[in-house]
Amino acid sequence: MDALVAQLQMQYRNYTASLYQQGFLDDQFTELKKLQDDASPDFVAEVLSLFFEDCVKLIGNMARALDQTGTVDFSQVGASVHQLKGSSSSVGAKRVKGLCVTFKEYCEANNYEGCVRCLQQIDIEYKALKTKLQDMFNLEKQIVQAGGKVPQVDN
Amino acid sequence: MASDGGVSCLRRPEMMNVGIGGMEHPLLDVDEVHVLAVDDSLVDRIVIERLLRITSCKVTAVDSGWRALEFLGLDNEKASAELDRLKVDLIITDYCMPGMTGYELLKKIKESSSFRQVPVVIMSSENVITRIDRCLEEGAEDFLLKPVKLADVKRLRNYLTRDVKLSNGNKRKLPEDSPPSTLSPDSSDSSPSPLSPVEIFSSPPSSPIDDDNVLTSSPESSPSPEETPVRRQKMRSPGLD
Repeated sequence: MDALVAQLQMQYRNYTASLYQQGFLDDQFTELKKLQDDASPDFVAEVLSLFFEDCVKLIGNMARALDQTGTVDFSQVGASVHQLKGSSSSVGAKRVKGLCVTFKEYCEANNYEGCVRCLQQIDIEYKALKTKLQDMFNLEKQIVQAGGKVPQVDN
Repeated sequence: MASDGGVSCLRRPEMMNVGIGGMEHPLLDVDEVHVLAVDDSLVDRIVIERLLRITSCKVTAVDSGWRALEFLGLDNEKASAELDRLKVDLIITDYCMPGMTGYELLKKIKESSSFRQVPVVIMSSENVITRIDRCLEEGAEDFLLKPVKLADVKRLRNYLTRDVKLSNGNKRKLPEDSPPSTLSPDSSDSSPSPLSPVEIFSSPPSSPIDDDNVLTSSPESSPSPEETPVRRQKMRSPGLD
């Protein structure tokens, strides 16, 4: 049993570290983990879940705003991008946030193609993060179920 | 030293602990600190709420300036006697919000007789000096750069027990030298009277707040210069950056 726990913990450590190294997550994610404790063991998962819901909603807004036949209201697109930038920043979703920064610039430049590209990339990126985090949370569950403690990984 | 300024403060029992060096744990307040948090983003509201709860604050989180005013009873002209019972020790608000910005909310709070003594902290994802200056000039206590971290909130917590904490040579001035009787009738006389921002941030950047900070002991809470870029900038004279 201990061997299993140790193995899972190592897997978890490596996996989580890679998320930081590959730029999926940044310091702010580490900050969120500080807010989790035995009384609120799912805090991070809950916040991220809200964030992903936010992504769906905001990306939908952006897509609709960009889908206007005729003139696109870039400020409307930009408003949603600004919101997504804020929430991605608050949860440590580094790549999503980075894309929002670029996206915002395209909005300000009224660059339609740039905006559409960013929108596509953001959609891919948040989904990729969601999958990665699901895997990470699953590993946590497995460790706990095997009787172990989830190691702290702060890259 | 300057802890005498706390003569009138409700937190006097805590002052007894101040002389005992090496605080390992946060001082407990006689009354629980109540914070009103304002942010239109749900994710940010959840995070700020958690950050505040973890630092032992009671939190009311609302999603707009209007709701904040409503909560404070400032949304109509009627001066309600019930307001005396509404104890808000700190208001923390996002700057960029649809409808009413944090700045506009700040102004309204500072214009009200019941709540102008309550410290207001502005949060923003954008580090714009003119914006920061404007808020501080309007009476904001502090300006936090998002994303907000635990260390930022722990630092805020100190405003509310500042009179207690300043016994160890911290150079920050005490606002409590002014008579408390002019402050709002409820227990928020622990809130400092409005100070010019320069006075508030009069301690030099190099003095780590944690040295004197009896509320925090964990290493993560030491505000490194990168964590408080806004405050550091404000402390320097304008034109330096």
